[in-house]
Amino acid sequence: MAITSMTFVIALYIFMLAAFTGYVVISRVPSILHTPLMSGSNFIHGIVVVGALSALFSATTVPEQIIGFVGVLFGAGNVMGGYVVTDRMLAMFKPSAATTTAKNAANQKAAS
Amino acid sequence: MTVIEYIIGLSGLIASALFIYGLKGMSSPVTAVRGIVIAGWGMAFVVLVSFLGIVNVSDDVRAHLPVNIGLAVLALLIGGLWAGRQGRTVPMTAMPEMVALFNGMGGGSASAVAAVALLRHQESSALHLGVTVAGGLIGCISLTGSVIAWAKLAGHMKNPMRFPGQRPFNALVFVATLALGVMTVVTGMQGAENAGIYSGLFFAGALFFGVCMTMPIGGADMPVVISLYNAFTGLAVGLEGYVMADPALMIAGMVVGSAGTLLTVLMAKAMNRSIANVLFSNFGATSAAAAGPQGEMKSVNADDAATTMRYASSVIIIPGYGLAVAQAQQKLYEMVKLLVAAGVDVKFAIHPVAGRMPGHMNVLLAEAGVPYDMIFDMDDINDSFKTTDVALVIGANDVVNPSARTDKSSPIYGMPILNADQAKQVFVIKRGQGTGYSGVQNPLFFLPNTTMVFGDAQAVLSKMVESLKALGTS
Repeated sequence: MAITSMTFVIALYIFMLAAFTGYVVISRVPSILHTPLMSGSNFIHGIVVVGALSALFSATTVPEQIIGFVGVLFGAGNVMGGYVVTDRMLAMFKPSAATTTAKNAANQKAAS
Repeated sequence: MTVIEYIIGLSGLIASALFIYGLKGMSSPVTAVRGIVIAGWGMAFVVLVSFLGIVNVSDDVRAHLPVNIGLAVLALLIGGLWAGRQGRTVPMTAMPEMVALFNGMGGGSASAVAAVALLRHQESSALHLGVTVAGGLIGCISLTGSVIAWAKLAGHMKNPMRFPGQRPFNALVFVATLALGVMTVVTGMQGAENAGIYSGLFFAGALFFGVCMTMPIGGADMPVVISLYNAFTGLAVGLEGYVMADPALMIAGMVVGSAGTLLTVLMAKAMNRSIANVLFSNFGATSAAAAGPQGEMKSVNADDAATTMRYASSVIIIPGYGLAVAQAQQKLYEMVKLLVAAGVDVKFAIHPVAGRMPGHMNVLLAEAGVPYDMIFDMDDINDSFKTTDVALVIGANDVVNPSARTDKSSPIYGMPILNADQAKQVFVIKRGQGTGYSGVQNPLFFLPNTTMVFGDAQAVLSKMVESLKALGTS
């Protein structure tokens, strides 16, 4: 894609809209989810692995290949690690389990 | 555009939509798991489709393609398997430093993309090179900064490293790095022979600055710093997305950049600090020597404390990181269940920065099976302490330090705290008589209504469980 002043301005539009999106999506998050959310957004910027892959695919010299390899390696670590860690944390927040426990507690109280 | 280019472009569009939808899902506990899974599918899809890019490479690349594909698959496998293994096995208490490490890798990846783009020096407009260099700078800072943050939280680096004239030195390093960045852009535009030397020095400078910037910051502030570097990596990814002309990277990166910035501000606010204050104030350097112990601490054994709680009508538990260090969340919940069975009204009060990150303590309690409806945020519960019989503080210190309310000279003055001192009776389970993470002495321990229960949280709670069982529930 040729880089012209127009595409740069379009890029700024994309950045602006994306920045607002990120702000709005996060702004009403309960503090109990801050840690999983930080980890989840950490996973999402792992998409950089796609950029690293395309850089590596079009590498023609050994330095490019080495740096591209490291980039993909790190990017893959970011993606996999971010996903696994977030998933593990969020799995503990199962709302159904919480409400059942609460119900059980209420039942126990009623029984005793 | 060829068909392949359309497919790749549209895959990025779909992935971006799934990321935003997934992130939105993650912002509510009800839909959180679905959110990360949706984002995960988006990621898997876009990474697989990006392999179609090999069809479109120019002829001079074609000869290298087999090697490049081999390297890519190898890197994906090694990086993915290693990180997946680490992520699955890391204990929940060590989660913050693990997130820091993964985040640093993302920053490293972004700066690798920048480095390859500079090495290739094809489209060498000043704007394009400038954005490449800016993304590389931010990515490098995030990489080495996150590694230092990881080392500090994992305990590989105990003390903040400070020396006289550090701030001017750091400023000098930063200015020098910026100058090298400008030289990289200028020489890159001219296609000069020595462009590689400048960009090499520039990356070295940027990596070194990440270390310099993070070294003097104390361990207690690391969560804010990690969150900041998370936003940095997002920003770097967004900028490199422009360099690679990939809108998916631009959108995902910038969404994380702004969301991460907002999270950082929220965290800093919870600690009543500005971000500038966290980064440049050398917090904790002077406070350690201040304020010795005031008066005597009373202490009691675990059995008596358990008996008092058993016959109280309401108990609020304030867990801190010390609880997690002692791996005592399960024991705590066991004790809570006994108290609830005995008719005691038990609640958990969570300070916004309990644990090592906001929400970290909620994760740790959720892991132990504590149901949601027993856990309360600071704002929701702080007024209840006045009418509560017993406040039980376990492994928390600074977040219940009343001098944050009263003592203007205290380094934590103004930080919102849990009003544990207003309860009729306060029990503090604590290993010894030392100070908290901030190094500040805690007057709460010397109040007339406070009684210490010295010992390891796990051992104390086990004893409490035993004595509660002995007392029975009726």
